[in-house]
Amino acid sequence: MNIIVVGLSHHSAPIDLREKLAFAANSIEEPLRELVSLPDIAEGLIVSTCNRVEVYAVTRDIAAGIAQIKRFLADFHDLSFDAVEPHLYGYHGEHAIRHVFRVASSLDSLVVGEAQIIGQIKAAYGYAAEYKSSGLILNRFLHKAFSVAKRIRTETGIASSAVSVAFAAVELAKKIFGNLSDKTVLLIGAGEMGELAAKHFVSGGVRDVLVANRTFERGERLAEEFGGRAVRFDDLFDHLHKADIVLSSTGAAHFILEPKRVSEVLRRRKLRPMFFIDIAVPRDIDPEVNSLENVYLYNTDDLQGVVENNLEQRRREAEKAEEIVAGEIGQFQAWLASLEVVPTIVALRNHFEGIRRAELAKTLSSWKDLSPEEEKRLELLTSAIINKLLHVPTNVLKQTGQGNRTDLYLDAVRNLFALTTEPAGGPDEPPQDEEEG
Amino acid sequence: MSVYLHMTVLVLYGAATLLYLLYLARQRDAVGRISRWVLTAGFISHCAFTFFRYLEAGHTPITNLHESLSFFSLTIVAVFLGFQHRYRSAVLGSFVTPVALLVMVTSTIFPSAITPLNPALKSGWLGFHTVAAFAGYAAFAIAFCAGIMYLLQEHALKKKKLGAMYHRLPSLETLDDINYRCLTIGFPLLTIAIVSGAIWAESAWGAYWSWDPKETWSLITWFVYAALLHGRLTTGWRGSRAAILAIVGFCVLLFTFLGVNLLLPGLHSYR
Repeated sequence: MNIIVVGLSHHSAPIDLREKLAFAANSIEEPLRELVSLPDIAEGLIVSTCNRVEVYAVTRDIAAGIAQIKRFLADFHDLSFDAVEPHLYGYHGEHAIRHVFRVASSLDSLVVGEAQIIGQIKAAYGYAAEYKSSGLILNRFLHKAFSVAKRIRTETGIASSAVSVAFAAVELAKKIFGNLSDKTVLLIGAGEMGELAAKHFVSGGVRDVLVANRTFERGERLAEEFGGRAVRFDDLFDHLHKADIVLSSTGAAHFILEPKRVSEVLRRRKLRPMFFIDIAVPRDIDPEVNSLENVYLYNTDDLQGVVENNLEQRRREAEKAEEIVAGEIGQFQAWLASLEVVPTIVALRNHFEGIRRAELAKTLSSWKDLSPEEEKRLELLTSAIINKLLHVPTNVLKQTGQGNRTDLYLDAVRNLFALTTEPAGGPDEPPQDEEEG
Repeated sequence: MSVYLHMTVLVLYGAATLLYLLYLARQRDAVGRISRWVLTAGFISHCAFTFFRYLEAGHTPITNLHESLSFFSLTIVAVFLGFQHRYRSAVLGSFVTPVALLVMVTSTIFPSAITPLNPALKSGWLGFHTVAAFAGYAAFAIAFCAGIMYLLQEHALKKKKLGAMYHRLPSLETLDDINYRCLTIGFPLLTIAIVSGAIWAESAWGAYWSWDPKETWSLITWFVYAALLHGRLTTGWRGSRAAILAIVGFCVLLFTFLGVNLLLPGLHSYR
């Protein structure tokens, strides 16, 4: 049995094609059924996100399996095969396993380390399990992918730092204030960027939001959105001292906050720290404000610098992650190989033969007065018993080898007789239930 | 017995320090946990050591520099373990354990022999006065470490150089909070130590206050921390200002403790 991957992603196809090939989550049952009814496909699941559409499948015949899935992707969406085919990639063997491990670990994502992809794959696997399009091999494969992703998340820092300006601002605020839940954000100007950043602060735990906008009504509407309060722009300095975090994004042509006024505000706050975020261009806040005691001022460029740094750090961490992936591939391949018929039969015979020899040796050593002739007979007798015992199971395994569900028998046999996996190492650890989400 | 325990403590503190530094470099939770266990084991041995010493000497074993430094180290570790429980900040350990280890190692420089108790020290005040003083010192030592961490973190945030240290250190608010908490623990203890010392002095030397160098410097130390506490409560001396004062205060305190004993002759010059 072989694992194959067929699909396209932001690496290989433009957005308009990805859109056309996407599968809707609420109607995934039909494509899954069609997928596993393809002649050479034993198991399959479909991952469909805004950045990728991929089919993970199990097949006997790699070339035929890949070709059938490519055809299926085009036909299902009524697209011409020739228009879709150049953008599709097809992987098998080690490449397919590596690809899925990398995707699940967010190493193949547009933003390396983003957290959504693992949830999307878990959802896709959930559908496949629900509609029974996945079986023994995909189950084991996906659980392995989840555990690799989890390992990478905990052992490397690929997801540990913010990669958007708004998130970077929240992260900085947490390094200044620790817990944000008892802090107040003042949004000056109701522009789009300010609104976005304020949203991030609210989801970062901030409960108290003030909005000061030149048009009071617009400010009120925005404040309502965050469950906050609007204040008059002209009264800004009556409220500034309440704010721990100030987000400024007005269209003003000159500085609206200057060191002198801010230091007055600080005195009023008894020097409690303030974090100013100036995302306006031209700037709203005099850069000198940063030199005041317990005040931290970041402008757009500063935040961009933080993001660049974090991206660089993620790229370095991604290298560590690739090593983890490489290490895990071999383990899974070994398990997959154990599901082949011939090695299983050999292992089964060896297992029985080993028992026969051991028992025979025991008997012969305590039964001294046997002639060589009698010893030979005992040898033949025990061999015959083993051969008779194994005759039927061997034939059944060979016959099922022609069909699609061999892996179930092989797995069962290996488990029943505790046969070890060839060529390397023991069987993979059992799937972990906690991984499912 | 106490010699072996002393060695054990040194080894365990050394190991804990290395582990905490490894934690600072690698940020593995498992390393943080093991560091805590090793330090706790060191702490227990240290308590046992101090107890045996008490049995051997027959009085509170804080009468010479060897014993004092050892006890100082013990209280630093005790206060830190309490804080670690409260703040869940193992990184604090990366700064505190080197200090505790350094103090412990310094104690080995001084003779460890138990000498007959100076008659002036034969009093129930001995234990009370010294334990209060060193518990206060320990709180200030933690404040000193938190102050250094605060300044490092603040420097990163101000200069926008968000390197490895920035990612590892706790938030400014947490560090400032630790600083404040240490102050509220340390200051009353220091006050108790000075007041109990004065009462004891009256009964032992016949005067509450005789401007002995130790007394003078204790008073200076007390004023530094009183100023910090006052500023903090009234005009909001927090953040970097509080951090710098905690560092300065600890330097003055170290002089009061060691400088006076070693450099300035007086009633308190116990070696």
